[in-house]
Amino acid sequence: MTAPPLTPTGIRFANIEKRYGTLYALRRVSLEIRPGEFVAFAGRNGSGKTTLLRIAARLVRASSGSMSFQGPSGETTDSAPRTGFVAHATMVYDELSAEENLLLFARLQGIADPGARARALLEEVGLSERRNSLVRTFSRGMRQRVAIARALLNEPSVLLLDEPATGLDPEGITWLANTLGRMRDEERTVLMSVHGESAISALATRAVRLEAGSVVADTRAGSDRHAILTLASA
Amino acid sequence: MATLADTTVLLGKELRTEFRSRELLTTTVVFILVVLVLFSFTFDPSLGDPRRFGPGLLWLSFLFAASLMLQPCFLREQNNDTLSALRLSVRDPFSIFLAKLAANTLFLLLTEVLMLPVFAILYNVHILAVFLQLVLVLFLGSLGVAIPGTAFSAISAQARMRELMLPLLLLPLLTPVLIASTEATGALLDANPVLRADGLGFLVGFDVVFLTALWLFGEYLLEE
Repeated sequence: MTAPPLTPTGIRFANIEKRYGTLYALRRVSLEIRPGEFVAFAGRNGSGKTTLLRIAARLVRASSGSMSFQGPSGETTDSAPRTGFVAHATMVYDELSAEENLLLFARLQGIADPGARARALLEEVGLSERRNSLVRTFSRGMRQRVAIARALLNEPSVLLLDEPATGLDPEGITWLANTLGRMRDEERTVLMSVHGESAISALATRAVRLEAGSVVADTRAGSDRHAILTLASA
Repeated sequence: MATLADTTVLLGKELRTEFRSRELLTTTVVFILVVLVLFSFTFDPSLGDPRRFGPGLLWLSFLFAASLMLQPCFLREQNNDTLSALRLSVRDPFSIFLAKLAANTLFLLLTEVLMLPVFAILYNVHILAVFLQLVLVLFLGSLGVAIPGTAFSAISAQARMRELMLPLLLLPLLTPVLIASTEATGALLDANPVLRADGLGFLVGFDVVFLTALWLFGEYLLEE
């Protein structure tokens, strides 16, 4: 099975605001994410990390401002990139087996050989022996593995992860860190919300801290990046 | 073409999950059965009453059963935020509606056809000679219930008073469908059965108008 060609993709958020009634989830957020950049978003609960990721996934429309995707040379592209999204919720069906879930989404995404791709990913996330079990019989960590497998189905150029280590055991976290490390090396763009410094957040090449919907710190430097990530967990 | 392909895949998922849990089918069959049995005691089956009131009661029970069936249709997608996963995966969001609409119509029609013999026995009406025409009326009526029902289910799933919202929005809108379906069914159960073209024409028109509206505006109903 040949992988679809990877198009390095950047994301530009320009003065993004999101309001829910009178509550501001995001206030004039402007960020330029370079193609292949691995960004960790830190911040306390309710700081706007999830909303920003959902806007990047085009699941939520910004109240004002704009978001656009950029090609490798910085040119704005009209077509949306292949996107993988791991949210707080698992985004998989409890009444379907792990394999049925992956097959469903692989078919919807037009993947050439959905069966082979689903089986390969289940093998990768360590669930091949339980592939025919209904997801509702899985532990939280196992569900999270299925969720991550679902997000990786289309070999995304942009991967959006909302606290992806939720429920994973140490072995799962190591596997996730290795997978994300590989994606970073392949220059896939990764946007991830984190809580504190960990093996996964250590992969980030850039750290952005949000507070009450605004960007209050943004750095690519090593020591500052560490400070931003640890400050968020305080 | 992509819309149809995605709809087929999603319809397969809807059927698989429902036939695995049988949650909706069981609820609606039991509901319609209880209503039909209870009302059958209020008529003398040897008189003309069942023919006069039967079709109305039949469609009332179908309508309330449908509102029970339609409620969880999008609510189920919220449990694990699977609606977001679908929105990220499908090429045309209308395919999500089409699949749910097809599944709802199919489940409703299946329930209705299962209940027809019970209705015929309890209300002493003859349905065999007009069975196919009855199924046509049931299909068009069920589609008329399912199209706005599926749309309102998407709206109410995101609302605060979701349990109250769906029947509140749906029932007034479906009154014309209920009247047309009842009259068409009544005409078929008459001593001289006739397939009423005006009733069928109205149902087809209603279905086409609301399906077009859903195609045009459905995408906005899925947004958060």
